[in-house]
Amino acid sequence: MKTRLTLKDHFREGRLVNDRLIFSAILAGILFAIILARLAVLQVVEHEHFKTLSHNNRVGIQPLPPQRGIIYDRNGVVLAENIPTFTLELTPERVDSIESTIIRLTELFSLSNDDLTEIKKAIGEQRGFNQVVIKKNLTEKEVALFSVNQHKLTGVDVVARLIRHYPHGALFAHTIGYVGRLNERDQKSVDGKEYKGTLQIGKTGVEKEYEKLLHGKVGYRHIETNVQGRAVRELTRVPSYSGQELFLHLDINLQRVASEVLADYNGAIVALEVKTGGILAMVSKPDFNPNSFVSGISSKEYNLLRDSSDRPLFNRSIRGHYPPASTLKPFVALAGLEMGTARENSKTYCPGWFKLPGHDHRYRCWKTHGHGMVSLKQSLAQSCDVYFYDLANSLGIDQLHGFLDNFGFGNLTGIDVPSESRGLSPSREWKRKAKNQVWYPGETLISGIGQGFNQTTPVQLAQATAMLAMRGVHIKPKVVRATRDHNANELTLLSSEVEESLPVVNKKHWESVIDSMVEVTKGARGTARLLGKALPFEVAGKTGTAQVFGIKQNQKYDAETLEKKLQDHALFVGFAPAKNPEFVIVVVAENGGSGSKVAAPMARKMIQEYFGLVVND
Amino acid sequence: MDALLLFGLLALVGAGLMILFSAGDQNISLVFRQLLRVGTAFLALVFVANIHPDRMRDLAYWIYGVGLILLIAVLAVGDEGKGAQRWLDMGIVRFQPSELMKIAVPLLVAAYIAERPLPPSILRITICLVMIFIPSVLISKQPDLGTSLLIASSGLIVIFLSGVSWRFIVGLFIAAASALPVLWYAMHDYQKQRVLTFLNPERDPLGAGYHIIQSKIAIGSGGLFGRGWLEGTQSNLAFLPERSTDFIFSVIAEEFGLLGVGILLLLYLAIAGRGLYIASRAQSSFARLLAGSISLTFLVGVLVNVGMVTGLLPVVGVPLPLVSYGGTSMVTLLASFGILMSIHTHRRMMES
Repeated sequence: MKTRLTLKDHFREGRLVNDRLIFSAILAGILFAIILARLAVLQVVEHEHFKTLSHNNRVGIQPLPPQRGIIYDRNGVVLAENIPTFTLELTPERVDSIESTIIRLTELFSLSNDDLTEIKKAIGEQRGFNQVVIKKNLTEKEVALFSVNQHKLTGVDVVARLIRHYPHGALFAHTIGYVGRLNERDQKSVDGKEYKGTLQIGKTGVEKEYEKLLHGKVGYRHIETNVQGRAVRELTRVPSYSGQELFLHLDINLQRVASEVLADYNGAIVALEVKTGGILAMVSKPDFNPNSFVSGISSKEYNLLRDSSDRPLFNRSIRGHYPPASTLKPFVALAGLEMGTARENSKTYCPGWFKLPGHDHRYRCWKTHGHGMVSLKQSLAQSCDVYFYDLANSLGIDQLHGFLDNFGFGNLTGIDVPSESRGLSPSREWKRKAKNQVWYPGETLISGIGQGFNQTTPVQLAQATAMLAMRGVHIKPKVVRATRDHNANELTLLSSEVEESLPVVNKKHWESVIDSMVEVTKGARGTARLLGKALPFEVAGKTGTAQVFGIKQNQKYDAETLEKKLQDHALFVGFAPAKNPEFVIVVVAENGGSGSKVAAPMARKMIQEYFGLVVND
Repeated sequence: MDALLLFGLLALVGAGLMILFSAGDQNISLVFRQLLRVGTAFLALVFVANIHPDRMRDLAYWIYGVGLILLIAVLAVGDEGKGAQRWLDMGIVRFQPSELMKIAVPLLVAAYIAERPLPPSILRITICLVMIFIPSVLISKQPDLGTSLLIASSGLIVIFLSGVSWRFIVGLFIAAASALPVLWYAMHDYQKQRVLTFLNPERDPLGAGYHIIQSKIAIGSGGLFGRGWLEGTQSNLAFLPERSTDFIFSVIAEEFGLLGVGILLLLYLAIAGRGLYIASRAQSSFARLLAGSISLTFLVGVLVNVGMVTGLLPVVGVPLPLVSYGGTSMVTLLASFGILMSIHTHRRMMES
């Protein structure tokens, strides 16, 4: 029974399915015929059209890299510009015979054997349509030579590019920084589309910090190329948009003077405009030529810079850590006045040393036989250490730390260049966390004179001094003053960031400290008494001599026998005019030996330059 | 083992390898890798060819079930390759469950329909539709529109072959057509873009339209006799992306011309024709339906790929069967041809 059913089923079903199979086969046949017809249309009817498209012409897209924004000083002097350069490039895919092309190139452009090795290596590594650089910075004559021989050099082109140039070389090397080639890490951090056709990106300084503004927007054009890959004509174009121009606060004249006065000393000079926080001069020595980095610095040259013991690549003005030494004293004095542990008119006796009660160790004053009875004003003017040991001892390190914190010590200033360091303002908590040790009272004493664990950067000192000058107003130092669209006439000023922050309650205390600082540059015993000479206004300042090397208890500091590297650093901080300050100056001369003898005169020259005073010394 | 079929397959695969050499920028290791895959695939073919169709029918539900679970697993924990979740990394082997479904779906639908006399009832059809569309939708979510369409069509072909009434088919078409607007909204953005660009490739010449424009140029410039093997690399093919996978047909067209592609298409038709012949001679409805579906789906793959490449259809990511570079689809295809061989061989045993 079942068998019969199945048999019948099979037969009928078989026919049913087979009918469908036949139908499908016919349908498939028709569809294939349609496809074949379509192919025939493309390959026979329209063949010439497509052949032309592929053989003779190709549409390519070329990026039009934007012009990088020009950087000017405050008066419009050009500090960073773009100059045209011509590069000879070869595209391996498009070259018929690489051997003969290279021979021809060697003849025409006198390529050396080293060049040839590099080129052959690059050709081996490159895939397809990427270019290999044959020769950089072609002269006009060489460009002409190429044009004349162009037809014999298929696949070789002269590419015109704009590259960055710093007309004043090393003078602004650290502040403006430099651009260099885009590497893999850079590629990841930017929008790839915007950087097509661009070879350079800001690596340090202002060039890096303001990269987005400086770069601009990339453009495109469609070009028709022939079988040799040469552009036949341009079809459409979306122009690029140049980067924003930057106007810095810096003044090239001040910068030059700063570099000259610092001379052969390593160190930094920072000058600041009080009203805006604008950086008028920022020099770090030793310096280097940023132009070397633009097209790719040779590893030989780079290694020289990197391995030099003086570290020219290191930007001391924002990263150099120095003990502030006596330049910290005005702030300590202010702390003392505010906290009530010091009074304007009360005096302390300085025998040349200070001892903590119950201890034998003598903390020495720089004047071996002591200053005698000194008031606050006298202590600042003559930089008496004992006064400040005592003052610091009364304050205690944590109170001192808290007060100094208001002036930015141990914090970033927020200046608009990258890689700033924050220095160090010690406290009990810091020591416990960083060194897992307890704080010793002796360490408070030496903190009071700006030694010990204290570290500041020159720009930090500039900011703190500016706050002192402004009687407590907090400013953020700024390098860039304004931007300008390359089309526009007007500058767009960048706002200066100023905020009220009064760590001092009694306004008279400011005047006490500032008067004392004026005494430094004017008084008969002031440590910088030559600075204020014959100036039409009063200068408030403070010298500092930072110990690099500890002298044993009973030894004398003999500058002559001590190796240069171990000599004290010379520092000076100050502002002028004392009454209505406009200008702040910070000088750090490494291993200069004496703040009074070395740093103060440098500061004087800067002040003279800024105020346009005649220099007769 | 069916000699004719085998010969056809070998010829096709051999030609494919030659083309691959050219399309892959003369990278011999690429060809070796493909050869390895081809070898593995032929082993699979032999393995499957020795399984009796009745056994396959019995396992249909299990295979489908396992495939479905794996499919869900892929969506949950699968690896991403080329921006889609299609792979399951099983340590030694990376495996695409969607490939398994290419066999599992027609297998199950055929088995299920063949349980009862043909043509199937409305209820049966509905259940089949569910069986087809669940994996199809899951796969389209990976997202892999191409494979999901192929699977859907393989299942639908089985239903068609089982003799449903014409009225019903027309009705289904109308229902599908009215579902198009809904489909449009459900599509991913890039899929919508593909359709729009298909309708007008010039609208996005550097983005999605680029492939089609370059492909047509490659095909058209081949002319009647083509440029010759390996000669296509100079001009367009440096600009033609995906030339060893989806667009490999364009390479064939450029290098071997109309004549070349004509022969290729004939080869495909011949293989499918042999498959249809085997189907017509099969002894059970199940075998008939399955064999028919396998052969026709094979043709659908060719039609869709070539249609896509010539600009007749939107780009949906269907590779050219047995020629495009890629492993898992090769295995699946040859395994399904193994099924065909099995149906053909074991028919004698059922004749009485």
